[in-house]
Amino acid sequence: MVAIVDYNAGNIFSVVHALRRLGVEPMLTDNPAELRRASHVIFPGQGEARQAMTYLREHQLDEVICSLTQPLLGICIGQQLLCRHSEEGDVDCLGIFPTDVKRFVPQRHEDKVPHMGWNNTTLAASAQRHQLVAEDYYYFVHSYYVPVCEYTTGITDYIVPFSASLHRDNFYTTQFHPEKSGAAGEQLLRRFLAL
Amino acid sequence: MLAKRIIPCLDVKDGQTVKGTNFVGLRSAGDPVELAAAYSREGADELVLLDITASHEGRRTFTEVVSRVAEQVNIPFTVGGGISTLADVERLLAAGADKVSVNSAALRRPELIDEITRHFGSQVCVVAIDAKLSEQADAQQWFCYLNGGRIPTEHSLFDWAHEAQERGAGEILFTSMNHDGVKHGFANEALRQLSDSLTIPIIASGGAGCREHFRDVFKLGHADAALAASVFHFGEIPVPDLKDYLAAEGIAVRK
Repeated sequence: MVAIVDYNAGNIFSVVHALRRLGVEPMLTDNPAELRRASHVIFPGQGEARQAMTYLREHQLDEVICSLTQPLLGICIGQQLLCRHSEEGDVDCLGIFPTDVKRFVPQRHEDKVPHMGWNNTTLAASAQRHQLVAEDYYYFVHSYYVPVCEYTTGITDYIVPFSASLHRDNFYTTQFHPEKSGAAGEQLLRRFLAL
Repeated sequence: MLAKRIIPCLDVKDGQTVKGTNFVGLRSAGDPVELAAAYSREGADELVLLDITASHEGRRTFTEVVSRVAEQVNIPFTVGGGISTLADVERLLAAGADKVSVNSAALRRPELIDEITRHFGSQVCVVAIDAKLSEQADAQQWFCYLNGGRIPTEHSLFDWAHEAQERGAGEILFTSMNHDGVKHGFANEALRQLSDSLTIPIIASGGAGCREHFRDVFKLGHADAALAASVFHFGEIPVPDLKDYLAAEGIAVRK
C-alpha cells in the first residue's frame, strides 16, 4: 500500500491522479500506524514551511516521518521540510538532510521569483548510488531552494545551482513536481514505486 | 536553463472545444479532454482551458471537464472564464486545476487578486488582460477591455499589469485584441515593455500564425511563454515541430 501523508498542505490530488494513472490507488492518511505499515510513503505539498511544520508537530507527524524505514518520496516543500532549517518563516525542520533552505535572491531582471516552469536537471557526481532522477526537464514552482550538498543527486541551475533532488538512506526527494512533469515525472514515480 | 513554455489554449463551450477568430465566428475543434491528453503527449508545456459558457448549467459541465482533464493529463493546466469569486477558484482547484486565470472580475474588483493569492498562493493566480492599441490624436495607448473584449475601459494595460503584480499575481497573460485571430504575429513591442518592466512571467497571446512568430515573441517580445489555439488545434503547427524549430533558433525549450 502506498500512503500519501495528508497534512493539510494544499492540493495533493495531482499526486493521487498521477499514481492512479500508474495503476496505484494510494491511501491519504495522517495516522502514524497506517504510515508505518505502508510499503511506500509520499510526502507532498505546497504551502508555507512554518505552517506546515506547526501542523506536523501538532499531529506528532514529525517524529513519525523521521522514523520511517520504507522508501519515502518528499516533493517540493516536502523536500525542504526534510532539511534542517528553512528561511521561509525561519523555522527548524525535520533534519534528515543536514542543510539549510534558502530564498532565491534575484541577481538580474530576468531572475524571476518564484522559479516557475520547466528546467533541466543534471546528475550530481555523487549520484551513482540510487538514482530516481534522470537528466531531463522537470516542472518547478518554488521561491526557496536547497543548496547543493553531499546528498544532492540532481542539480538544476536557476540563479544558483541548487538541489533538484536529494537522497539519503530511504529518503528520496525532489524539488520539482514529478506528478506534473509529463513522461519524465511518470518515469521517476515508477522507479520510486519499484524500490 | 529555464525553458520557454508553449501553451495550447482550449476554449470550451458546453463541454466542447471551440475557437473564435477575432472573438467571433466559432469553429468546433473536438473533445477538450482528448485534445488536452494529446497535447500533453506531444510535449506541450502547459494548457489553458477557458470556459466561454455563460449559463449555470455550462459551469457545471466545465467543472466536470476540468476533473477529467486533471485525471488524464500529467502537465500543469490553468482554467479561466467567468471566475469572479473565491468560491469559483476553490471549486476549480478542487476539481484539479493547477492555476486559475482571472480577467474582467479582477479589473472590476482588483481585491480579488489579493484574496486568491492570500488563500492559495501567488503561483495559482494568473491575471489575464485583453487590451487594444488605440490611436488618440497623436498618441498610441493600450487600453484594457472587459467581457472578452466587448467593453472598453479607461484602464491602461501597463498600469493594470503593474497593479496586478503588486497585488500578488503570479503571471500575466496578455492578449492583444489587435493581433488575436489574424495570425500576423504577437504584439512584440508591448510584450517587451511588459516583460522588461515586470518581475513576474508574461504569457503572450494573440497572433500566432507560423513558427517564426513564436521565435519572435521570445527573442523580440521577451515573453516567458506563448499561448495559441487554432494553429495547434488544426494541426497547422505541430508542437514537436515547433520545438525543434525553436531549439534550432537557439531558444531553450523542453523536448
